[in-house]
Amino acid sequence: MKRRPYFLIFALIFGYAFFYVPIASMIFYSFNKSRLATVWGGFSTEWYGKLLDNQQVLDAAWLSLRIAFVSATVATILGTMAGMALARFARFRGRTLFSGLVSAPLVMPEVITGISLVLFFIALNGMIGWPTRGFTTITLAHITFSLSYVTVVVQSRLASMDRAVEEAAMDLGSKPLRVLFDVTLPIIAPAIIAGWLLSFTLSLDDVVITAFTNGPGSTTLPLYIFSKVRLGVTPDMNALATIIVVLVGSGVAIAGWIMHRADKKRERDVQMAIAANK
Amino acid sequence: MAALAPAPQAVQGDESHLPKAHSWRQWLDREAWRKTIIAIPYLWLLFFFIAPFLIVLAISAGTSQVGIPPVIWKSTFPFGTLDNYVFLTQDDIYWQGYLNSLRNAAISTFFALLIGYPMALGIARASSTWRNVLLLLVILPFWTSFLLRVYAWIGLLGNTSWFNRGLTSILATFFPFWVTGDHIQMMNTNFAVVLGIVYSYLPFMILPLYATLEKLDRTLDEAAMDLGSKPWEVFRDITLPLSLPGIIAGAMLVFIPATGEYVIPSLMGRGDSPMIGRVLADEFFQNRDWPVASAVAVALLAVLVIPIMIYNFFQAREARRSAS
Amino acid sequence: MDVDTKPPGSESGDKPWLDQKAKPFIRIDGVTKKFGEFTAVDNVSLDIFKGELFALLGGSGCGKTTLLRMLAGFETPTAGRLFLDGQDMTELPPYERPANMMFQSYALFPHMTVEKNVGYGLKHEALTDAQRKDRVKELLDLVQLTPLAGRKPHQLSGGQRQRVALARALAKRPKVLLLDEPLGALDKKLREQTQFELINIQYKLGVTFIVVTHDQEEAMTLATRIAVMDRGLIRQIGTPTEIYEFPRTRFVADFIGSINIFDGEVKSVAKNKVTVAAPALGADVIVEHTGTMPAPGAKVSIAVRPEKIAIERKEPGADATGNTIAGKVIDLGYFGKDSLYRVKLPSGTMVRVNAVNSRRADENERVAVWEDNVWLTFAPSSVIILTE
Ligand SMILES: Nc1ncnc2c1ncn2[C@@H]1O[C@H](COP(=O)(O)OP(=O)(O)O)[C@@H](O)[C@H]1O
Ligand SMILES: [Mg+2]
Repeated sequence: MKRRPYFLIFALIFGYAFFYVPIASMIFYSFNKSRLATVWGGFSTEWYGKLLDNQQVLDAAWLSLRIAFVSATVATILGTMAGMALARFARFRGRTLFSGLVSAPLVMPEVITGISLVLFFIALNGMIGWPTRGFTTITLAHITFSLSYVTVVVQSRLASMDRAVEEAAMDLGSKPLRVLFDVTLPIIAPAIIAGWLLSFTLSLDDVVITAFTNGPGSTTLPLYIFSKVRLGVTPDMNALATIIVVLVGSGVAIAGWIMHRADKKRERDVQMAIAANK
Repeated sequence: MAALAPAPQAVQGDESHLPKAHSWRQWLDREAWRKTIIAIPYLWLLFFFIAPFLIVLAISAGTSQVGIPPVIWKSTFPFGTLDNYVFLTQDDIYWQGYLNSLRNAAISTFFALLIGYPMALGIARASSTWRNVLLLLVILPFWTSFLLRVYAWIGLLGNTSWFNRGLTSILATFFPFWVTGDHIQMMNTNFAVVLGIVYSYLPFMILPLYATLEKLDRTLDEAAMDLGSKPWEVFRDITLPLSLPGIIAGAMLVFIPATGEYVIPSLMGRGDSPMIGRVLADEFFQNRDWPVASAVAVALLAVLVIPIMIYNFFQAREARRSAS
Repeated sequence: MDVDTKPPGSESGDKPWLDQKAKPFIRIDGVTKKFGEFTAVDNVSLDIFKGELFALLGGSGCGKTTLLRMLAGFETPTAGRLFLDGQDMTELPPYERPANMMFQSYALFPHMTVEKNVGYGLKHEALTDAQRKDRVKELLDLVQLTPLAGRKPHQLSGGQRQRVALARALAKRPKVLLLDEPLGALDKKLREQTQFELINIQYKLGVTFIVVTHDQEEAMTLATRIAVMDRGLIRQIGTPTEIYEFPRTRFVADFIGSINIFDGEVKSVAKNKVTVAAPALGADVIVEHTGTMPAPGAKVSIAVRPEKIAIERKEPGADATGNTIAGKVIDLGYFGKDSLYRVKLPSGTMVRVNAVNSRRADENERVAVWEDNVWLTFAPSSVIILTE
C-alpha cells in the first residue's frame, strides 16, 4: 500500500523555496544596473567591478580570512583533543563540568558570550597588558566558540568508530601514542577536516561576538556588511553578498561531495575486502 | 600474595627485568598524553568561558562611573550591590525587552516546528539518493553566511520589492477588505523578526528532527496500521510521540539563541520595542553602562537556564540510550 | 491435547484440502511481486482453509516475508489477486483487513506499556471501555503476562516480548493471523517450548494461522500443511509427512531433512516396481512406486533418507529382501541417541546412514567403527524416484 505522501512533498517544496528564493532573488538583483536596489533597470556587472576598487571591503575581507584561518586551526586542534577526551575517557575528574563547558557555547546566546569575553579581555589587559583589542581578541573569541563545534563533530565520529581497531593495534604492540597517530587520527580525519571547515565558516560569518570583541581599526567583513546593511539594501551589497554566498556555498558543496565520495569509497573497499576474504 | 602462592621466578610487580631507558617516553605513552588531551581544552574553556562569566557576574554587582574603568565597587563588605538588578525591574524597556524576546522566540519556535517537522519527515522518508541531496540543501544555508541570508530577506520584504508588491496584489485580490494600497509594511515589524528567526534557525530545527525520525523503525508504523490505524492515526500514535526527543532538541536549539538574538531585531525589528539582545548591546555600546549591561546578560542567562537544562537533560538521555 | 475433538471451524473434517467441494478461506491466486526487475514472488497460487496452521517454508530471501506482507496489505501484488473468506482484498489497505500480523522483530511500541500495546488495536473497535479492558485481560491471561501488564517492552525478556506481540496481534480477533518467523529470535529451548504453546493457542481460538519460517523442524512441528518455497516459487504443498516422505522434486527432498540422492536410468517397469540402474551404487535398485510410472530409459534421480538404511557388519543372507550394497565406514558421528555413518562405496560415492543406538554399548561394541567393511540394506518402499 504505497501512497505518495503528497503533503510531505508539498512541505519539502515549500520549505526549499523558503530557503532559496530570497538568495536567488538577491543574486538576481546583484546584476541590476539600477541604483535602486529593488527596481530592475537592466543587466550589468558594474557593481562587481566597483567592489574590487573598494579598499575598505578588501581590507575587511583580508582581516576576516586571517582571523578565520588562525582561529579554525587552533580550534580544530583543541576541539579534537576535547572530542577524544569525551569519547574515549569515560571517567576523569571534572568530566561532567567539562562536557557542560563544551556544549554550553553551542546554545549560549551570542550577546552573553560577547559581553563576557570583552569585559574579560579588558580586565585581563588591565592586569597584564595583554591582549590588545583587535585581531588577537577576535581570534581568541572565535577559537572559544568554534572549539565546541569541532568537539561535537569529532566526538560523534569517534563514537561511531569501531574501538576494536585501536585495540587490535595495541594488541599488535603499538603504544597508545603510536595508536593515536597510526590508527585513530587517520580514521577520524574526515571529521577533523569537517570541523576545520565549520570553524572557518563560522568565524568568517560571525557578527555579534566580533562586534563586542573587536577594537579600533579591526573591522571584519561581517561587521562592515552589518554597518552597511543597517542603512538598507544597495546593489553593491547584493554583489558582495552574492560573491560570498556563491564562494562559500560552492566550497562547502564541493568539500561535502568529496568527503561523501571518500566515505563511499571506503565503504566499498571494506565490502570488497570482506567479500574477498569469504 | 607472595605468601599464598610463591612465584618460582620474578615476583609480580618487580620490573627490574624491563629496560630502564626511555622511562619518560613510557610515562608519556601511559599517562601524559591522556592528561594533556584532557587538560589543554579544559584549561582553555575554564579561562575563556568560565572566567569571563565570573567577571560579568562581578561587574553586574558594581556601580557605573564616568572614568576608566567605567565601573566601581564598594570598598566594604559585601562590595557588590543588587541595584542594577532592581533597576531592571523598574524600567519598562528591560522587562518589556525580555517579554518581547520570549514571545518572538516562542512564536518563531512554533513556526519553525510547523515548517521543519514535515520537511524533516519528508527527508527521512525519501529514498536514500534523494535523502543526501535534500540534507545537503538544508545544511548548505547553515554554512553560508547567516548575516547575508538575513540580508536577502530584507531585500524581499522592502516596500518596493517584487515580493512585497506581488504578495500585496495577491492578497488584495482575495481579501480586498483587508489589504489596501500597493504594499504591505513588513520591514521593521515583529513579523519580519519572526520571519528572520525562523529562516535563520530552521536548519537547527530540521537536523535534530531528521536525526530522530530517520532512526524510527518503520515496522512500528506497519504494526499500527495492521492493528487498524489510518495513516494520520499512525502519525499521532507512533511517529509523533517517538520523535518527541527530536522536537525538544530542535525547539530548544531555536528558542534559546532566538531569545538572545541581536542581529535580526537590529536589522528587521521595530526600534521602539526592542528585543533584549538589542537592549543589552545598546546598554553596552551606546550608554557604556557596563554594570547594567552585565546585569541584563546575567538575568537573560537566568531566564534561559530552564530551557538549557531541559535541552541538556534530553541530550544526556539520548546519549545514554544510544550508548546502551 | 484432546485428539478426539475436531478443531473448531473446520467443518469438512481434519483434511479440508482433500475435499473437492470445500471452499478455501484464503485464496492466493496467481500472485506475483516484482521489485524493479527482481521477482520476489513468482505466480504463487495457494488455497488455505479455515482453522489451518499453514507454514510457508523456505530459505532466506525466497520471498516468504513478501508473500506474507502482501496478505497483510503492506505490499501490493504486481499481478494476481488475494481473497479472504470469499472477499477480494487485493486493494484493501492494511487497516481495513481482518488479518493481523505478528512481526519478525515483534514491532512492539516502545513508548507503550504491555497493556497499551495489547489494547492498541481495540481503539478502533466498537467496544465499551469495560469490554476493552476485559479483552486485554483475557489476552494477557492467555499468554500469561498479567503480572507484567504495566511494563514497557524494554523491560521484558525476548520470550515475554514474543508473547506480547502474539497477544497484540490476537486482540482484534482477526480471521487470519500472519506470523513472520514467530520464534526466530528465541533460543533453542524456549523455541521448542513456545512451539507447543503456539499450537495450543491456535487450537483454542480456532484462528487460521499462516506461519513463515526457514526452520524445517519448526514447520513440521507446527503446521497442518507446509508450502515449500524457493526463489519466489512454490515447490510443493503438503502435510509434513507428505513433504518428508514423498517429496516431488530434488529441491524439496534436499531441503527437508537429509537425504542421499543418486542419478540413475530406468531399466524396466513392472506393476508398482521400477528397476533403476544407478552406476554410483554399482547395482540395480528396485523401487516400489505408485502413480505415474516413468518410461524405461528415462533419466531419474533416486533418493533414500539416511535413517531408512540399515547398516550391518556381516553380509545379509541370500534370502534378504531389499537392496543391498557393500562399502566401508569413513566417518562416524556419535550423537548419543543415534549415530551418523558416512560410508564409501567402491565407486567412490558417499552414502549417509543414520542408525539409532538402541543397544547400550561402549566404543568397541558399536555396530560399526572406522574402516569397517559394512553392508547397507534398504527396502524398495523406502526409495523415492524424483523425475524433476
Ligand atoms: N522492498 C523491497 N525492495 C526490493 N527488494 C526487496 C524488498 N523486499 C524484499 N526484497 C527482496 O525480495 C526477496 C525476498 O525477500 P523476503 O520476502 O524478505 O525473503 P524471506 O523469504 O527471507 O522472508 C529478497 O531477495 C529481498 O532482497
Ligand atoms: Mg523474512
